[in-house]
Amino acid sequence: MPDQTAKLIHAFSALADLGEELADTRDFEEMVRTTLHVVLGSLGVRRGAVAEYVQPDDSLRFVAAWGLGEGSPAALPFAAASAEMLSVAQPRVLLLSDTNQLEQSRRQLGERLFNTLVQFRLQLTVPLVVHKKFVGFILLGDKATGKDFTADEREVVRTMARHIGVGIYNHRLLREVERRAEENRGLYEDLRTIYRDTVRAFAVAIDCKDKYTQGHSERVGKYSEIIAREMGWSEQEVEGIAVAGYLHDIGKLVVERDIINAPYKIDAKQSSELNRHPAAGYEILAPIRHPFADIPLMAKYHHERIDGRGYPEGLKGDQIPPGAKIVAVADSFDAMTTDRTYKRRKVFAEVVEDFRKNSGKQFAPEVLAALCRAMLKEVNGETKERRITKLLGKGYLEPAECRPLLVELIAELESGAALAASGK
Amino acid sequence: MVDSHDRSPVRSERSGDIAVIYASDYLNKLSGERIERECRVHLGAGCRALVVDFKNTGLVNSIGVSIMLGVIDAAERAGAPLVFSNVNDQAAQLFEILGLTRHAALAKDEGDALRLLSDVNPQRRERRVPVGKNT
Repeated sequence: MPDQTAKLIHAFSALADLGEELADTRDFEEMVRTTLHVVLGSLGVRRGAVAEYVQPDDSLRFVAAWGLGEGSPAALPFAAASAEMLSVAQPRVLLLSDTNQLEQSRRQLGERLFNTLVQFRLQLTVPLVVHKKFVGFILLGDKATGKDFTADEREVVRTMARHIGVGIYNHRLLREVERRAEENRGLYEDLRTIYRDTVRAFAVAIDCKDKYTQGHSERVGKYSEIIAREMGWSEQEVEGIAVAGYLHDIGKLVVERDIINAPYKIDAKQSSELNRHPAAGYEILAPIRHPFADIPLMAKYHHERIDGRGYPEGLKGDQIPPGAKIVAVADSFDAMTTDRTYKRRKVFAEVVEDFRKNSGKQFAPEVLAALCRAMLKEVNGETKERRITKLLGKGYLEPAECRPLLVELIAELESGAALAASGK
Repeated sequence: MVDSHDRSPVRSERSGDIAVIYASDYLNKLSGERIERECRVHLGAGCRALVVDFKNTGLVNSIGVSIMLGVIDAAERAGAPLVFSNVNDQAAQLFEILGLTRHAALAKDEGDALRLLSDVNPQRRERRVPVGKNT
């Protein structure tokens, strides 16, 4: 094959390699190093570097260098004015050995860079300009043939420089997109934190209205979260149900304080007023754009019963949203396991009995089973965090007493015995 | 072609004060830079001449040429003669066109390369010793 043809094929092949390398965005530094090899190897150039202009620092960062030996620079200052000048000008190959271009080169490159190029015997500089933005330089040394760069070779370098410039430019865009995405993630996290804090503040406000149930909303939120996780809900859904638990009684804010705090059995009228709170809660929560689905519905239906004898709408079975079934169990469990001034809390065996009696009537068996499994795991020491134990207080879940009760009830609930017993 | 996960060692051997480095098939990738480092290691360890053998290397692309230019640079800085052996016709023509043969001699095979270097460097010992592999 004639030499000229072989040289041409080699240059074309190098251009193809360059495209392949530039498409690989996994590692920017490796990509630039490889493209530098392609440029050097395509023309037999003995040394070279690719420097990226870093605008905030007004510096040139040497991303890749080959054949420069010891002491090659990592970065050099580069004046913003020079970068501006190169941005607007048509990119030109500057040959330092050309005495006619010497002054122009010195002016464009600045004294510091010019001297560095001389020191490392880099004689050809090609500015990388994309969309009228200067992004860096390709700097090349002498050829292994010892001959000067021909016009054709300069054109090859200029073409390759355009591709490499685009590669660097695209990488910058990608970095910028990643930076902004990271920033947005941070803002989103901040918003979620604000949302969670607001929800907690509301929960405290709700519980302040009812002097007998301090901390009730927070505990219902936590029990709901534990049950949903045990039922295999996603983390997003678990977070949503926790919010629903915190806010389930928000409708009580519009109910007379005297009715909520009545230390005696309230009459029918008062009871009707109190029973308004789930629907009122829905009215309060519905206009808010919550990051989680169905929170207003969970508040509205947390007093519905599986047998249809609940309120406000008397929904039955699967008509009740799953989240509302969970909040209903969490709400009742907390009511049974906390002291009120007019009523002592139930002992654990009584709670289990209540669950057994009301499974399939007031409560969804699968939700009760999930709560019982979560308790059994804590009793058996299978979980690192003992959240239910902490919420119930020391000594309430006595393993020796609770374990057999839980094992038996779980077996019944999971075998559907409780459901069958209820006639469903 | 970026190959940050290619960690196969560069094979090399010592023959007296001559190091033979086998270019193999990773020459044409970024991992080929390890060939240049291997050469530097041998030169730093007192080698007075280098042979780069292309027996298991098919085509040589622009990356391979650039890496060989780095080897030439390392050898010249150390004042060590350099011979390329088992170079196929296509690669030989490319080395000729791009000027690599101005800095490195070509030999038919590894034996020829060693003979060529022993003519210019009669001090070398004949004992052939495998050396540690670089990664």
